[in-house]
Amino acid sequence: MLELDLTTELDRQLSVCNACRYCEAFCAVFGAAQLRTAIGDGDVAYLANLCHDCRMCYDACMFTPPHEFAINIPEAMAAARVETYERYGRPAYLARMVRSPGSVALATVFAGVALVAAAIASSSSAAALWTPQSGPGAFYRILPYAAMIVPALALAAFGAVCVAFGARHYARDISGDNTAFVTASSLGTALHEALALTYLKGGGAGCYDEHRKSGSRRFFHGLVFWGFLADLAATTSAAFEQEFLHLLPPYPLWSVPVVLGTGGGIALAVGVAGLVAVKRRSDDRPTEPRMIALDYAFLGMLETVALTGLALLAFRSTSAMGALLAIHLGAVAALFITAPYGKAVHFVYRFIALVKNAHEQRNIAG
Amino acid sequence: MLLSPQAARTSRGRDVDVVVCGGGNAALCAAIAARRAGASVVLLEGAPEHMRGGNTRHTRDIRFAHDAPNAAATGAYSEEELYADLLRVTGGETNETLARLTISESKSLVEWMTEQGVRWQKPLTGTLHLSRTNGFFLGGGKQMVNTYYDTALRLGVRVEYDALVRELEMDGGTVAGVVYDRAGSEARIAARSVVVAAGGFEADVAWLAEYWGEAAAQFMIRGTPYNTGIALKAMYGAGARRIGDPRGLHCVAVDARAPRFDGGIVTRIDAIPFGIAVNAAGVRFYDEGEDLWPKRYAIWGKLIAEQPQQSAFAIFDAKVTGRFIPSAYRPVQADSIEGLAAQLGLDAAVLVRTVAEFNAAVPYGGSVRLGELDGCRTEGLAPPKSHWAQRIDTPPYFAYPLRPGVTFTYLGVAVDTQARVAAADGRPFENLFAAGECMAGNILSRGYLAGFGLTIGSVFGRIAGITAAQHART
Repeated sequence: MLELDLTTELDRQLSVCNACRYCEAFCAVFGAAQLRTAIGDGDVAYLANLCHDCRMCYDACMFTPPHEFAINIPEAMAAARVETYERYGRPAYLARMVRSPGSVALATVFAGVALVAAAIASSSSAAALWTPQSGPGAFYRILPYAAMIVPALALAAFGAVCVAFGARHYARDISGDNTAFVTASSLGTALHEALALTYLKGGGAGCYDEHRKSGSRRFFHGLVFWGFLADLAATTSAAFEQEFLHLLPPYPLWSVPVVLGTGGGIALAVGVAGLVAVKRRSDDRPTEPRMIALDYAFLGMLETVALTGLALLAFRSTSAMGALLAIHLGAVAALFITAPYGKAVHFVYRFIALVKNAHEQRNIAG
Repeated sequence: MLLSPQAARTSRGRDVDVVVCGGGNAALCAAIAARRAGASVVLLEGAPEHMRGGNTRHTRDIRFAHDAPNAAATGAYSEEELYADLLRVTGGETNETLARLTISESKSLVEWMTEQGVRWQKPLTGTLHLSRTNGFFLGGGKQMVNTYYDTALRLGVRVEYDALVRELEMDGGTVAGVVYDRAGSEARIAARSVVVAAGGFEADVAWLAEYWGEAAAQFMIRGTPYNTGIALKAMYGAGARRIGDPRGLHCVAVDARAPRFDGGIVTRIDAIPFGIAVNAAGVRFYDEGEDLWPKRYAIWGKLIAEQPQQSAFAIFDAKVTGRFIPSAYRPVQADSIEGLAAQLGLDAAVLVRTVAEFNAAVPYGGSVRLGELDGCRTEGLAPPKSHWAQRIDTPPYFAYPLRPGVTFTYLGVAVDTQARVAAADGRPFENLFAAGECMAGNILSRGYLAGFGLTIGSVFGRIAGITAAQHART
C-alpha cells in the first residue's frame, strides 16, 4: 500500500512519465498529465478518475518496482480514486463507509433483508413469507405497493442528491480556473467514450491482467453496465404497465418487464462473474488493496441482486416467493444505500473527468 | 536444481536445434524465426524475468524503408534515402553489402512484426517528428518485448531466465554447445546451431575502463546492467573476428542524479542548446549552438566524458523553461548565478564571469528561433555559440548537473549476409550466428540513427534464426 501523500507521490511518478511518454497512446491520462508540469490535489482527483484502470502502462513500464524509480501508475491512481470516493461522499459521516466496504455490504444486505421481511410480516403475516401466491397483485398481497415504492423512491432520491452534491464539489476541484468545461461538444465526446469504454481498450490490446492482454474486462464490464440498465428499464416499464395500463405484476414471461429483467439479470450475473474471474487471475501489483475490497463488495452486491432477481422469476409461483422477494428487495435496498459510498459511484467521477478531458483536448486542438 | 556439469551433459544430450543466447529484440526475432522455420529452440536470457529484454526495453521505435504509408509510418522512405542517412551519420564507414541487405529487408519488418503481435502507435503526421521514417510501438519497447515473449512461448520456444552464457564449446570449426550459469550453478546445453544476440558490453565498467581509463567510473549506463558482453567475449574466445572501435560508445548527456544503471530515456537532458554548458571549473568548453536535434543530442555525452571528472552543467534562465523535452528530474534553481554556483558546488566568481562574458558576446536582445539554425551567434567569444545565443539574464536561473550516459557500444564480431560469424581468417563458422548490438558495428560503425539499431537487430535476428534452423535441420 502507498504510504506517502498521494499528491507528492503522483507528482514524482508523473514527472518520470512526462519525460518518457511511451504510454501516451494507451489512454487519455498521459496526454492530460503532459499539460501539467506540477501536480496538485485537483489534478490527482482528475487524473485518477480519468484512468480506467486498464493497467497496460504497468505492463509497458521499464521503471516499475524493483527499479529505483518505482513507477506504478495504476496502483497510485487506484489509491487516489478510493480517496476521491471518500472525500466527495456526502454527507461526510456516511462516506466513512468507503473504508470498510466488505462489512458495510454484509451489514446493509442483512439489515435490508431483515427490514423487508419485518415489513412483510407486519403488513400481512409472517406466514406470507412461505405461502405460495399467484395471479395479478401477488407481490402486493405480501408487501403492499406503498411499502415497496415509497422507501425505494426515497432511497433513490436521497442517493441521487448526495451524489449530485459530491459531483458538483468534485467538478469544482478539478477544474482549477477553467470552470466552463461542460459544453455540448465535451459532453458528447465524453458520452461516446464512456459508453464505448474507449479507455478500457488499452490502445488496442485490451487490459493487462497477467502475462496476457485481452478484451475480457471491457466485455464483461459492458455486460454489467447494459444488464444493469436493462434491469432499470424493466422496473420502469413495470411501473408504466401498472400506472397507465393498470396491469399488476407478476407479468407474463413474454412481457416487456420480464424479458428486459431476465435478459438484464442474466447479463448482470454473467458480467459480474466474468469480472470476478478476471480479477482473481489478475496480477494485483498494479492495483491497491482498498480498491480490491471496494470492487469485490460492489460486485458481490450486484451478483446478489442479479441472482435473487432471477430466482424470484423462476420460483415466483412457489412457496419460496415470499422469502426470495424479501432477500431481493433487501439486497436492492442495500445496493442503493451504499451506492454513493463505494465503487458504484465510479462512473460519476470518471464521466466528469472525461468531460473535462474532452474540453481540454479540444482547446489544444483548437 | 543442482546438477553437476557432467550430469547436465548426460541428461540433456544434444537435444536442441537452436540455442539463442540473449533475450532482447534480436534474440527474440531469431528465436521466433527459427521456431517458425520448424526448429526446436531454447532461449537463454541472462536477466531475471522482470528485467528481460535487454536494452530493447528502453527503445520506442524502429526505422524502416517503405514505398507507401503503412500501419506504422506516414509517407514514403526509400531505400536510397535510408542508405544516404546511414552514410551521413557513419561518415561513409559501413559494410555496403550488409547495409543494403538490412535496408532492403527492413521493408518487410512492419508486416512481420505485426504478425508476431506487435502493435503500433497511430502514425499521425507532425505529432512524432520521426513519423515518416520510424514506426512507434504501442507502449514502447518493453511492451514489444513482452509481446515477443508471449509469441515465442506460445510457439513452443523454451525460455530460461537468469541464464548467463559463459562459453561456447567448440568442436573444431563448429560450435557444439553453450556453457551457462543457471540459478547459480553451471549448466551446459548442446545445440546444432547457436545464435548470439546478447547485446554489447557497456554494462561492464571494468571493460570500458580498458579503453577509457578512470573516466569510465563516472559513466552512467542508460540501459540494462546485464549487457556485460560475456557472450561477446565467448565468441572472441571461440576465434571470432573483431570489428568496430573498442573505444566507440554512443553516449548522451544525462542527469548526474540518475541511477547508475537503467535510467533509460527519462534521464536525458536536452537543455544545453537553450543556454550554456560549463564544466566543473565553471567555464564553457564547446559550441552549444552547433546543430539541431538529434545530432546535438548524440555529441554531448562524449564531450562531457572528455571534461574533468566527466562532469558538466547546463545553465539557462527563466526565458526558456518549458521549451525543451522535460526530464525526470527538476532543475536546480536559484535567484542569482552566485546562488546557482553554490548549489552546484562551482566557484561562484568563475561562473559569474563565464555568464557575464557570454552575455556580453550576445550582440542583441531579441529572441531566438529554437526550431531552426537561426544564426543568432555570439561575437568574439571562444568557443562561440553559433545559434540560439541569447543572454542569460532573467531569474530564476536553472541548472542541470550532467554526466555522460552510455547507450550502446560499437565493438562486435564480423558477420556475413547469412548472419554467420566470421573467424579470424575471414571464413564463416558454419553454425555460429550473431545478431543485434554485438554485430551492428558492421553497419553502424559510428554515429547514431534513431531506431536503426533495432532495424539491424530485427533483420539479422530474423536471418540468423532462419539460417540457424535450416542448418540444424539438414
